[in-house]
Amino acid sequence: MTHSELNPTRRGFLGAAGSGLFVFFGVNRVDAYQEPARLPQRVNMPSDLNAYLRIGADGRVTCFSGKVELGQGPTTALAQLLAEELDVEYQSVDVVLGDTDLCPYDMGTFGSMCMPMFGPALRAAAAEARAVLLEMAAEQLHAPVERLKVKAGVITDPSAPGKPITYAQLVEGKRIERHLANVPLKAVANFTVAAHPAARKDALDKVTGKGKYAADYTVPGLLHGRIVRPPAHGAKLLSADTSAAEKFGARVVRDGDLLAVLHERPDLADRALGLVKAQFEPPPPSVDDKTIFDHLLKTAPPFRPAGGAGDIAAGEKASAAIVEATYLNSYVAHAPMETHSATANIENGKATVWASTQSPFSVRSQVAQALGLAQQNVRIVAPYVGGGFGGKSGGQQAVEAARLAKATGKPVQVVWNRAEEFFHDTFRPAAVVKIRAGLTSEGKIALWDLSVVGAGEREANPFYDIPNKRALSAGGWQGGNPPGMHPFGVGAWRAPSVNTNSFARESHMDMLAAKAGVDPLEFRLNHLSDPRLRRVLEAAAKQFGWQPAKGPSGRGVGIACGIYSNARTATVAEVSVNRSTGHVQVKRLVSALDVGWAVNPDGMRQQMEGCLTMGLGYTLSEEVHFKDGEVLDRNFGSYELPRFSWLPKIETILIDNPGTAPLGGGEPPIITVGAVVANAIYDAVGARVLQLPMTPERIVAAIGKKG
Amino acid sequence: MERTISFTLNGKPASVKVDDERMLLWVLRSDLGLTGTKFGCGEALCGACTVIVDKQAVRSCSTPVKDVAGKQIVTIEGLGRNGLHALQQAFAAHHAFQCGYCTPGMILTAYALLLKTPQPTHEEIIRHMDDNLCRCGAHVRIVDAIQDAAGLAKGGAL
Repeated sequence: MTHSELNPTRRGFLGAAGSGLFVFFGVNRVDAYQEPARLPQRVNMPSDLNAYLRIGADGRVTCFSGKVELGQGPTTALAQLLAEELDVEYQSVDVVLGDTDLCPYDMGTFGSMCMPMFGPALRAAAAEARAVLLEMAAEQLHAPVERLKVKAGVITDPSAPGKPITYAQLVEGKRIERHLANVPLKAVANFTVAAHPAARKDALDKVTGKGKYAADYTVPGLLHGRIVRPPAHGAKLLSADTSAAEKFGARVVRDGDLLAVLHERPDLADRALGLVKAQFEPPPPSVDDKTIFDHLLKTAPPFRPAGGAGDIAAGEKASAAIVEATYLNSYVAHAPMETHSATANIENGKATVWASTQSPFSVRSQVAQALGLAQQNVRIVAPYVGGGFGGKSGGQQAVEAARLAKATGKPVQVVWNRAEEFFHDTFRPAAVVKIRAGLTSEGKIALWDLSVVGAGEREANPFYDIPNKRALSAGGWQGGNPPGMHPFGVGAWRAPSVNTNSFARESHMDMLAAKAGVDPLEFRLNHLSDPRLRRVLEAAAKQFGWQPAKGPSGRGVGIACGIYSNARTATVAEVSVNRSTGHVQVKRLVSALDVGWAVNPDGMRQQMEGCLTMGLGYTLSEEVHFKDGEVLDRNFGSYELPRFSWLPKIETILIDNPGTAPLGGGEPPIITVGAVVANAIYDAVGARVLQLPMTPERIVAAIGKKG
Repeated sequence: MERTISFTLNGKPASVKVDDERMLLWVLRSDLGLTGTKFGCGEALCGACTVIVDKQAVRSCSTPVKDVAGKQIVTIEGLGRNGLHALQQAFAAHHAFQCGYCTPGMILTAYALLLKTPQPTHEEIIRHMDDNLCRCGAHVRIVDAIQDAAGLAKGGAL
């Protein structure tokens, strides 16, 4: 790898780095730390440590990462890793994230990849910087490197304790062209900062309201753009009369497919938008949220294999009893509290866009293309982002703001209203999962034949020890679906495809356990040799006080487990069900998670609590209603998010696993929620609900069907 | 109708010459530059825009500015002007937030509760906070933080 290939933003980085430390070398050492198997393509990370960190003349250390603070805590965890390997105080580290001019290229903040992918590269850069600084100090102090000690960025020679030298003194005003290859990382057991709880770096900003989100940036002369939207996906604009909006004082921009009104006050831009008389040709009648499942089955592409073992015919033959079921889940919205927002400013041929996005570098390409600018003339800054969950992977609003800024010659802010947020969301796809499974007369699973349509193949193939299994998948969240299969955009939603497939697998395991007359935990362990999964199951069950019983026991307890991106998780739930109203109260959730060693154990617990709470939404209430391309949910009145009154008692268990490198934890714990609640409902009332969300109506219907 | 509306904002007199039907949220954010108050839904359904008006938690996205003439408004910027308020301390200490977008509204909604009920029970906190939405799922910590802040307040910190 040569320097010119290192990092498309190095020019900007060098400009910003000032008098920091510069070390150039030509070893692509990062490959060894990458886990490329899950990635669509390998993206090289810079090998120059200066891309990751800078030691200022004042001794403060800045960490640079293209990751974005969505609330999941990289500001804190990355600072911990840097402080640990560099041997500086955690408090002395500042973190710059998501700025395409300052930070090394990053594909995007999704897939729980921050810790497993970026973390090792940052650690290596910090360890190398520490080693280089020690070498420099050794020369200045005329002492062998081995004799030197480092603490909080101060290097001392115990033989000459009166002459300490600081990192800042070593670096200041110097350009150092020196590199060290293969610098060993610290052993996790010796960590004092990482792998320990840390105070969140973003706390003060967030409790004082000082933290800035994309819509909090302003530029003199700022206009607020509001865009004329179609009433339904597929509707065509026939005509628009904007005279009343213009009379009101708004500017109007027509730029190809973009028709917008702009005003210097955001709410008056809203009012102007309301004055536009637009006529649309509605799309032809298509599907709605009830007919969608048949539609998916009819329009799906051919099945592709998604794993398996043995022989399905042999499995059929070996089965004494067959359990078959079809599991459904609806479209689910991301619904971050912050809607898509962007503030764009074009000055002297250079565009700067502050955007709520999980993918600033990809948005930079989109904006550059839309404006006809070279990439180096576009800077995207993803400041604090008010929730993403996969829904802010694109950059539509940034492109809209940038195009309007170009058209008006003024800085422009675009903030979607809640209806736009629902309309343009890339939903978690609706899906149909069919499972046909067989039990031997000894109660062992002999057959597992699964097909999933719409959700995607991840974790479709069960990890249980089953001699004859097959998983087939057609269509999914990643695109490549036949036109019209999903009637609007779908995409990654926290743990994409795995929520759907885990709900089906773990519900079906429960049905098999009941059929076999075996306790659901014992039944799982009987088919599980993965030691990490066994451990999380046993840990969650122990903490819960699991009492073995075959279901349904009437107690309202359930268990489920799963794998996401090599993390292992298991959850036990206790629920109460009102049989006449179908109302479910989840009373207690005990969840265990194995993510290797956690960089920030308290941060990991926050993610677990967040996942378990958010998961109650897709489990019990969240479902996008639509008809003929129109998204009927426009706000939180009809689309119901989990609330304080839903809160169960939540207990989190972090498995101590120092032998496994840190895995991301922002997604795994959510995958068990659908099934664990379904299994607990079954245990309470003996009725199996096969469709998510398990609304009161569906629960009452399932109880009625049972008779 | 465009007219001058005066009120007390974070302890200081303020006045704006605006269309008095405009919602307080936008006047705060755009005219007065106080961006700590957030837009979430625009229909008083989420609580991100909550501010304090005469000691009550109010949804600023649905409150015309004419309704606050002569009143005392506190936004997140005005809480704890002499160091962090007990609620801010407790939210920070408990990490009672993730993305932080709902946090100003959560803190101010809790502030109104503690003004009225200095020592709320767990159930009172849940009931009072129930219409404030948090998508990240920081709820358990928010409840803990409010309880903790009430305890601090008992010691005279509020």
